Amino acid sequence: MKRFLIPLGLFLVLVVFLAIGLNRDPHEVPSPLVGKPAPDFKLAQLAEPGKTFSPADMRGQVWLLNVWASWCVSCRAEHPLLVAFARQGGGLPIVGLNYKEVRGDGETDVKKLGADEESTLTRQRASAWLSQHGNPYVLSALDMDGRVGIDYGVYGVPETYLIDKKGVIRYKQIGPITPEALEQKILPLAKQLAGES
Amino acid sequence: MKQRLATLATAMLIGLAPVAHAGEAAPLAADPAVEARMISISEELRCLVCQNESLAASHAELAEDLRREVRSLIREGKSDAEIRDYLVSRYGDFVLYRPPVKPTTWLLWFGPFVILAGAIIGLIAYLRRRAGLITPPTLSAADRAAAEALLAGDPKPTQPKDQA
Repeated sequence: MKRFLIPLGLFLVLVVFLAIGLNRDPHEVPSPLVGKPAPDFKLAQLAEPGKTFSPADMRGQVWLLNVWASWCVSCRAEHPLLVAFARQGGGLPIVGLNYKEVRGDGETDVKKLGADEESTLTRQRASAWLSQHGNPYVLSALDMDGRVGIDYGVYGVPETYLIDKKGVIRYKQIGPITPEALEQKILPLAKQLAGES
Repeated sequence: MKQRLATLATAMLIGLAPVAHAGEAAPLAADPAVEARMISISEELRCLVCQNESLAASHAELAEDLRREVRSLIREGKSDAEIRDYLVSRYGDFVLYRPPVKPTTWLLWFGPFVILAGAIIGLIAYLRRRAGLITPPTLSAADRAAAEALLAGDPKPTQPKDQA
């Protein structure tokens, strides 16, 4: 009887490891940017073409940077939650980063488009999507070629960054924000960060 | 992706392929040295989208963007290590197929050797214990006499039975 205990023990250890492995999402790669200053950028805004947005504009506020695109299917799943949250007025402004609106859809050949045409098409598609699904953003910045996305380590849309008053990234949500993630992680942390000077 | 392939296939069918290809092939032809270095660097890097593919081999949109970044960094004169750092600072150690040795990766690097050492120690302990369990065979005086008789070439060895 005793001689079976060691293999049984090893088997149970293996089962535990496999169970942990199966329940982890390999697509959730921890971001090295958490705890680091949010990379700076300057991008044109969606609603007001003449204006640009830079993370420095949000200094002194705790805010969310939500990466989205109209072609992104998971964004559609996440969007109602953001719209409802913004409507509540929780004091946590959401800035949209519209990511590769035209280039990312995989259908439009941007090489045939001029920069102006791409910009026009981006605005058309992004605005149409927001008017159809609701606009939770205080503003959206346009990252047409995805360079800012690379600086933020974006590898799948949607992704959301919680940024503190000093402009440091404090949390990154990979994939759509779920009600649990919002209630249990983002909001408590945002509350705590709002208390910091 | 599929749709793009389909579009490409259609384009080829109607003979537009040369036009569609001209633009895409340009960077490769533009500077073979840059391209070769880009490939040698990105073969060691993981594509975040299709995680079992290297950045060099992946057709994912993000991989294309990152290859473009790597190309432009090479043109800026950055070293291989600087380019790797550029990607690691954005995507983490996960992009490296050879993770660096540091406290969080000690288990990964040295774990197998620890398990091997444990197995060897276990094996030695087991063999020692087993050696202790085997008692050397005892030979009775009669058996010894019989064996000696056989060795001496006695055709009719004394049977222990007869002696008893």
